[in-house]
Amino acid sequence: MVGYTDKIKEIAGRLLKECTVDMVIGFRKGTMPMMNEPCFATTPEAVDSLVWDSNCGINLANYLTNRKEKVAVIAKGCDSRNIVTHIIENKIKRDQVVIIGVPCTGMIDKRRITDMVAGEILDVSETENTIKVKTADAETLFDKAEVLQQNCALCIHRNPVIFDEMVADAIPEQDVVDRYADIQKIEAMDIEDKWRFFDDLLRPCIRCYACRNACPLCYCPTCFVDESKPQWMGKGQDPMDVRTFHFLRAYHCAGRCTDCGACERACPVGINMRLLTRKLEKDCQEEFGWEAGLSLDQRPAMDVYQANDPEPFIK
Amino acid sequence: MELMGIEPDRLHFSWISSAESTKFVNVVKEVTEKVKAIGPNTHFIKNTAKVA
Repeated sequence: MVGYTDKIKEIAGRLLKECTVDMVIGFRKGTMPMMNEPCFATTPEAVDSLVWDSNCGINLANYLTNRKEKVAVIAKGCDSRNIVTHIIENKIKRDQVVIIGVPCTGMIDKRRITDMVAGEILDVSETENTIKVKTADAETLFDKAEVLQQNCALCIHRNPVIFDEMVADAIPEQDVVDRYADIQKIEAMDIEDKWRFFDDLLRPCIRCYACRNACPLCYCPTCFVDESKPQWMGKGQDPMDVRTFHFLRAYHCAGRCTDCGACERACPVGINMRLLTRKLEKDCQEEFGWEAGLSLDQRPAMDVYQANDPEPFIK
Repeated sequence: MELMGIEPDRLHFSWISSAESTKFVNVVKEVTEKVKAIGPNTHFIKNTAKVA
């Protein structure tokens, strides 16, 4: 992915100069290493700050919701699937977006890297397969494959499924043998262990809703947790309320989640709430053969009625 | 719900028309039996502050 930046700047500059779009949504360097932030370029001069590297984990589809103007957006495989979901759910029109596709070799896990080195990280640079982390005392070289976000290591849709322009040629997809080993482990636990597992998983949650805000699917004008008439659930850190929030949010993403990992990445306390969304992703695949955001012509699993649906759980 | 650690027998789904009184009775009987068999719920209880 090294070298994408120039091509992105060229495409973005051209689209803005020709007034094909009013704005290009991409990434620019953040104020801290490994923290690229979204960048909204509206003039051809502004595209100079656009970058692309292995720290572009934020899902840019999140910034398309209900846009009125014409926008171009830079999309990885997962982002492109979320754009498809947005179009299907009428959150943006297809002819309103110019999708600049990026074949993605994965994003690096900033939390894991921070844990692996001692001291404050001053700079992170990369080549195609390695990541070099510089602290005040030392320089450490990592194999990129070792420090990928888990969702990127398990990714099977690295190339955009929908695009108007591509930044580079498509890359080979990964052969991931078992995407759901960790979910199967939880499924095999007994009831008490399951309860305790999620107690431990969700205990650190401070209800900051960063996961919800980073998620392109969470675009409801008023989220169920913010409703007060009726108030569906408590707003504090009572373990039952925390649990209700996480499980219900996951359910709202059933059949829509593309496992982009934005939620986990945004979490300040490092909760792997993707375990919940991935369980639903797995169920959707097993029960309905459905994977979210692959085609504009297919209605989502939770949106179709079939007369021959067995529904064995309804008595 | 099962993944979360709630016993599957605690949660039942049924489609009953307002005209199907017998079905309703049978379903309620079945639900009560099953829930009694697993006993009182020990998880997913929110203890609200007691106000004196």
